[in-house]
Amino acid sequence: MTEQLQQFFTQHYDLITIVILSVFLGIEVIGRVPSVLHTPLMSGANAIHGVVIIGAIIVMGEAEPDNYLALTLGFLAVVLGTLNVVGGFVVTDRMLEMFKKKK
Amino acid sequence: MNSILLLSYLIGSVTFIIGLKMLSHPDSARRGNLIAAFGMTIAIVATIFLYEKDGARLHNYGWIFGGLAIGTVIGTAVAKKVKMTAMPEMVSMFNGMGGACAMLISIVEFNHLQHSVLLGGAVSIGVLVIIVLGMIIGSVSFAGSMIAWGKLNGTIKDRSFGAQQFINIGLLLLILVVTVYFLFQCTDAQQFTASGVTVFFYSILAVSLLYGILFVMPIGGADMPVVISLLNSFTGVAAAFGGFLYDNPVMLTGGILVGSAGTILTMLMCRAMNRSLKNVLIGALGSKKTGGAAGSKEQGNYKEISLNDTAVLMAYARKVIIVPGYGLAVAQAQHACHELEKLLEEKGVEVKYGIHPVAGRMPGHMNVLLAEADVPYDKLLEMEDANQEFGSTNVVLILGANDVVNPAAKDDPSSPIYGMPILEVDQAEHVIVNKRSMKPGYAGIENDLFFKPKTSMLFGDAKKVLQDLASELKQV
Repeated sequence: MTEQLQQFFTQHYDLITIVILSVFLGIEVIGRVPSVLHTPLMSGANAIHGVVIIGAIIVMGEAEPDNYLALTLGFLAVVLGTLNVVGGFVVTDRMLEMFKKKK
Repeated sequence: MNSILLLSYLIGSVTFIIGLKMLSHPDSARRGNLIAAFGMTIAIVATIFLYEKDGARLHNYGWIFGGLAIGTVIGTAVAKKVKMTAMPEMVSMFNGMGGACAMLISIVEFNHLQHSVLLGGAVSIGVLVIIVLGMIIGSVSFAGSMIAWGKLNGTIKDRSFGAQQFINIGLLLLILVVTVYFLFQCTDAQQFTASGVTVFFYSILAVSLLYGILFVMPIGGADMPVVISLLNSFTGVAAAFGGFLYDNPVMLTGGILVGSAGTILTMLMCRAMNRSLKNVLIGALGSKKTGGAAGSKEQGNYKEISLNDTAVLMAYARKVIIVPGYGLAVAQAQHACHELEKLLEEKGVEVKYGIHPVAGRMPGHMNVLLAEADVPYDKLLEMEDANQEFGSTNVVLILGANDVVNPAAKDDPSSPIYGMPILEVDQAEHVIVNKRSMKPGYAGIENDLFFKPKTSMLFGDAKKVLQDLASELKQV
């Protein structure tokens, strides 16, 4: 099994590097956030992890016509993923709208 | 992969990074959100039309666009209609949807893997690990987020029982053990398609869902924003696992960014409450016990004040600071509050608002509420600034705030909120507390402020009290 893991690591080295760099990037990007922005930031991050919908689209798009499991679950996954993305960005926008400084 | 597709993914990843960075600053926050949304759209559209596996593009466009349409319509409608005060619930709900999406993807891919093994393919343990982990994290996040939604909704009460922590840890270990055993079983290709293995897979799913529920159940409603932030980063990690599964760079970056940024944000939120994450997760169990004990102590007497006396007191004050809390939000009294503020200012009283970082149900809750009522932004004082001004304030009007003005945070080392910085309202000349009754607030802790000599209680629903106060003021 360690053979397989080693092979996995070498094969996916680039992606693994991206992951590690992204961890540091995520930490750096947050930096100092005024507490008033904690919730909109959380909401924005929530929308961004809706990128999982791409996996759902792939599942849906590859589903064979006789594979009912893939068709139904894939469809459900697309709907749920879209809710995360669209709902997430719209809700974040609404929260930020309220923070406009009145000139 | 198609080079245009890869470019779109790169654009997507970059917009996520820039978007998150911009979301950390008040001036650029709104644009940051739009930029990230734009990048997301590009990545999604490119995937639909350009994704290829083994030379074949995606099909089932009808299903895909149908799903996208339904999700967009419902998502937009719900997000636009939801009340400001229900925002954290919505974030939790959408987070749960993301977690569920990751969970479903894992289920389908496991099914695919089983079929391909049946047709003679080899079992890749790496792929299997990714699928299972993605499923576990997605399910925990989904179940937990739904419970968090229910709690903020008021539908689900805080519930915990003595052995809760042990059961939770036990469940976690169970998931670990069963998963490892399951993975070892799978190294044997023949075993892999046996129905036993399928049962194992779905039991891991079931236990993960259960864990998600029990994980969030005991945590107090007041701590929900922290939990939601944590679950948010979980879903990010689940999305990243999806990225690993499909060798998809944008799912990876988006997922990991949220996973790591979300974790930092969770820690920041804990710091604002001056509580450790561990303290939050151990949950209401601790504070309920203290609340119970304190409740039986002799608390002393409190004074009540009438509407008329309050109006007079405030009308002749030089400076009044209003401290809003969750009670204001529940009563939807922000407009009545603004009316009162305007009336006082007409009488020459200086009115400001003292905003504690965790007043309400989420950081920024009070700001949003007051902004909705058109309260000028510059009247809102952050805690440090407000604390400088209480000494020169004649009247502090506390509207449904409790823990954020509780002196136990300073004086009582055994209190669950000990160490949390509070609004030092007892430095003012008079303190008037508006609550519906003497019952302890959401966190269940008694508040000695109510029994101090300078404090008077003004009972009633915030909205009604404020409206009545306004009427009284007009006659003073």
